[in-house]
Amino acid sequence: MPDFEIPILTTTVEKAVQWARRSAIWPVTFGLACCAIEMMAMSCGRYDIARFGAEVFRGSPRQSDLMIVAGRLSRKMAPVLRRVYDQMPEPKWVISMGACASCGGVFDNYAIVQGCDQIVPIDVFVPGCPPRPESLIYGIVQLQRKIKNSRMSA
Amino acid sequence: MPGFLPILIMIGLGVGFAGGNIVLSQFLGPKRPSAEKSAPYECGMPAVGDARERQSVKFYLVAMIFLLFDIEVAFLYPWAAAFRTLGTTGFWQIVTFFGLLLTGYIYVWRKGAFDWSGERRR
Amino acid sequence: MATSSVLDSLSAAMPGVSLVDAPSADGMPSILVDRGELVEVCSTLRDHPALQFALFVDATIADLAPATPRFHAVYHLACLGAAFMQSAGPAEARRLRLKVLVPDEDPRLPSLTPVYPAAGWPEREMYDLFGVTFDDHPDLRRILMPDDWEGYPLRKDYPVQIRKETSGWEPLQVTAEEFAASLRAAREPGRRPPGAS
Repeated sequence: MPDFEIPILTTTVEKAVQWARRSAIWPVTFGLACCAIEMMAMSCGRYDIARFGAEVFRGSPRQSDLMIVAGRLSRKMAPVLRRVYDQMPEPKWVISMGACASCGGVFDNYAIVQGCDQIVPIDVFVPGCPPRPESLIYGIVQLQRKIKNSRMSA
Repeated sequence: MPGFLPILIMIGLGVGFAGGNIVLSQFLGPKRPSAEKSAPYECGMPAVGDARERQSVKFYLVAMIFLLFDIEVAFLYPWAAAFRTLGTTGFWQIVTFFGLLLTGYIYVWRKGAFDWSGERRR
Repeated sequence: MATSSVLDSLSAAMPGVSLVDAPSADGMPSILVDRGELVEVCSTLRDHPALQFALFVDATIADLAPATPRFHAVYHLACLGAAFMQSAGPAEARRLRLKVLVPDEDPRLPSLTPVYPAAGWPEREMYDLFGVTFDDHPDLRRILMPDDWEGYPLRKDYPVQIRKETSGWEPLQVTAEEFAASLRAAREPGRRPPGAS
């Protein structure tokens, strides 16, 4: 189905839309393991992401823009991850948080998917085991920069 | 009448902002529907069965009874506000009204419509 | 010391059963039990007034390949003393370890769920990860690995760094009958894939 594009879009409108999208990125709760603790720490008082607009962790994928895969993804959980990603409306982004989500981490075995980019497309990889809250905030800021440079119809 | 103009402006701004944003996202937002996206949300698991299950009739009963007695209370409020003007006649009228509804209440109670555990007494 | 008191009470209660004091590294009283007598011994442990081991703590298996017998099933029980009395008076609060030897050629054990319902899921875990089946288990199916997994991961000869295609696909919606049928299929006895051991 072709995207509906108004031919009179100006760069100002695009800039406004990009600003609106990157200033209020709402994550969906997808904390799987230990990285989730650091994600929670990031959302609390000291490392506040509310000042970046991402304070509300939605319980439902339908109301969110961002999925932070925080923790090791097991093979049994892979279809669930894919389904929750599919049920998020556009525009959506994914941050792979930590070593286990990015490449399997220390778990090189039968149970852990060696990198969740086998299941969902990733925008930002945040390394660490677990990454400090500041690292994850840096990841979100990088995502904001990516949104700033993206076309609106993406 | 003149005192309502600020309220009307406020309502207009609120509805206009909300409606305007919804209309704007219809034009500016991406549209990529797919079967997976519109599937029912069940925390990532496949949904089992359809959502049309039989519900217990006690919910309906409680809702109906609540409605009746809520309207009764709604009638009591203006009577209480105009209590002094209505005087003794008004008092006995409201007592009759209340008494009729109280009889109905006792009937419903004895019939077991308030019994949430659903043990049959009939 | 502690083991002998348990053994004494147990032997007094069950004269025909052969019980052996098992070596334990941490000093916990340990008893070696024959798998044919396991359910009876556990019943006595639970119901006898001097024993009252009413709490099923945990169960697991140690895979000692290439030694024979290969599997040592280890059950931990506890008596809660005065905190939980089933008879007139309390029994001494203590812990007990039961060991059962399971050979590789016939990896079966009787299920303890008739005696301890809490043994249900630990036995499912033992089946899932070691391949030991439990007779008379009400719901024997995999608990940790996906339902259609082949192989028993915690065995010593299992390739740990296995690379498999991960499927992100699941059906969007299943009817209630399909769901019940999939549960029944997972519970089929003897669902071990051929050549798994």
